[in-house]
Amino acid sequence: MSLVLVQVIVGGLLLGAVYALFSSGLTLVWGMMNVVNFAHGDFVMLGMYVAYVVYTLLGGGPLLGAPLATLLLATLGVIVYFGLIRDVMKGPMLAQILGTFGLALLLRYSVFWWFGANFLSLPGNLVGGTFDVFGIRIEASRLLAGVVALLVTLGLHLLLTRSTLGSRMLAVAEDSTAAQLMGIRPDTMQAIAWAIAAGATGLAGALIATFFYVVPTVGETLGIVAFVTVSLGGFGSVPGALAAGLLIGVIESLSGYLIGAVYKDMVVYALFLGFLWFRPQGLMGKT
Amino acid sequence: MRLSKLVGPLAAATIVMGLASSALAQQKTVKIGAVFPLSGNAASAGVHAKYAIEVALDIINNAHPELGDLPLAKNAGLAGLGGAKVEVEFADNQGSPATGQNQALRLITQEKVVALTGAYQSGITLTASAISEKYGIPFVNGESVAANLTERGFKWFFRTTPIATDFAKVYYDFLTEMKASGSKTDNIALVHDTTEYGASVAQTITAVFKEKGLSVAQDVAYTTNATDVQSQVLQLKEKKPDVVIMISYTSDAILFAKTMQALDYKPPMLLADDAGYSDPSFIKAVGKISEGAFNRSSWSTGPAGSPTAIIAKLYKEKSGDEMDDTAAREMQGFFVLVDAIDRAGSTEPAKIQAALKATDLKPGQLMMGYKGVKFDDKGQNTLASGLIIQLQDGENYVAVFPKANAEKPPMMPYKGW
Repeated sequence: MSLVLVQVIVGGLLLGAVYALFSSGLTLVWGMMNVVNFAHGDFVMLGMYVAYVVYTLLGGGPLLGAPLATLLLATLGVIVYFGLIRDVMKGPMLAQILGTFGLALLLRYSVFWWFGANFLSLPGNLVGGTFDVFGIRIEASRLLAGVVALLVTLGLHLLLTRSTLGSRMLAVAEDSTAAQLMGIRPDTMQAIAWAIAAGATGLAGALIATFFYVVPTVGETLGIVAFVTVSLGGFGSVPGALAAGLLIGVIESLSGYLIGAVYKDMVVYALFLGFLWFRPQGLMGKT
Repeated sequence: MRLSKLVGPLAAATIVMGLASSALAQQKTVKIGAVFPLSGNAASAGVHAKYAIEVALDIINNAHPELGDLPLAKNAGLAGLGGAKVEVEFADNQGSPATGQNQALRLITQEKVVALTGAYQSGITLTASAISEKYGIPFVNGESVAANLTERGFKWFFRTTPIATDFAKVYYDFLTEMKASGSKTDNIALVHDTTEYGASVAQTITAVFKEKGLSVAQDVAYTTNATDVQSQVLQLKEKKPDVVIMISYTSDAILFAKTMQALDYKPPMLLADDAGYSDPSFIKAVGKISEGAFNRSSWSTGPAGSPTAIIAKLYKEKSGDEMDDTAAREMQGFFVLVDAIDRAGSTEPAKIQAALKATDLKPGQLMMGYKGVKFDDKGQNTLASGLIIQLQDGENYVAVFPKANAEKPPMMPYKGW
């Protein structure tokens, strides 16, 4: 019994790390600009397709796919910022929502048109298969994603709190007019934030592709979890997203195993709502 | 000002031309509506359904004497309607019962289709056919298996596929024979989603098995489009059932296959209820780690040169994929509908309905391995039947049960990867 329970918790932690990795880009944009990027899930989807194309065309694993996805998505982030976000941010909240939602559909159906609706999959042993630790099965691909999630979270946190660039970005987030008076260019800072956020999202996609199926609508499947993770963690708090991701992963796993898979989402969302009732700013968000 | 004076006559002219062309079109084409998941998570199945219907249209609208007794193949167009061509208006249900219903409404009221087919997911066939029932438009379904679809007292709904009850009996017979040949089959687990399809098929299998004295020991339900199924696989791993019956759409089926490999879990026997396991993209994605999975089917390609082999070739040319059971059942349903319109010699809904009720097709006139097509009062095909196939090499399914149709003996136990 206990061994299975340990396996359930380990599985939940690995799953949670992936949720955290998946959400870090969203929380950054949300916290920095107060823009909810509804295309976030589809950015992850693009990262997954980059990994898939790298594998099928070049035979490369995540060692090649992940950096490439990071780079391509970061570029896309900058393009999206200057082409869409900068302008819709001046409009009402609804324009932002519809703008990024439209972008989500554009990305999703472009991939549909180019790759078709088929489910694709990378071979399961691309990242060293699965290993056994005292009877606990650990998938190398998920472990890699988990470790990268920790590193990305740590990196983003240090960047925001310990570097000049981070201070500038936060200054823009706090008061862009004041920041401008201090000689900081809000446009440049926000474009950099989009590049980092989209890059992290692409990286997440490339790593998730090593153990999840790839399909144009996958962003929809994974997207909701990202929004819950970010709100539970606290808007804009990168470490918060990590803690929230791990928490959701473990709660999902445990409730799925102990109560039944049908109820796990109910348990997660009930706890989520209950928690927000007491602490609306989330785990580590500012009031 | 001048422009506004022009607008009136121009608009009138456009309307007149439109009316004239639609009147002309009515003489030459028969318009049928098809609702399928062309986007959303089941889009892979929907796109293949669309290919299947398009191949059927080619066979119906052009002369294909090589297809033998298959109705509508010999001559171009519908003989009963003076060689009229058939046209299909496709609509996307987006994987949502509400959207499916709206699309059915649009096809009937705006596109003026004379009949409907679709909608893949049982839960969407349920809502879409409720609209056609209300408007008195025939709805022929070739693929949805939830038993209750034909238990609603509908007058305009017809279904050609075998349903959950039929398959549950096939599964029972199969398990009985496997037991007789030495495999353990007493401890059964059902894994299913909570959609109309998953829930109702699981319920039907449980009921039929219980009636025959076989009990389902474990019921693992999950919400479709799951992000993670580790806990479900661990539940199975702990209880060690002899037989795991999987009732899952493609996305979840792929995730289960990957997770079973990751957690090193192989049931001694894995029996899938079509759906995801028949999707060509499932086989491409995870076929190699699902070797030995049993599945149900009513489709068999048959020997080279046979009508079924020719249809399979046409389908492969169109879609790039092998014909699968779901696409084939959809195509068969569509043929039955168009055959009824041809026999009715009219596009009047009531006459098509009467022709559907009078349908009596023999095995030689079908592309599927059914014993025929004949509808009961509820609109269910009473002669539908199925067989058990197995993914022995991870690439192609072969028929293994019943013995009379078997290409190879069943391979045990489940090999996985």
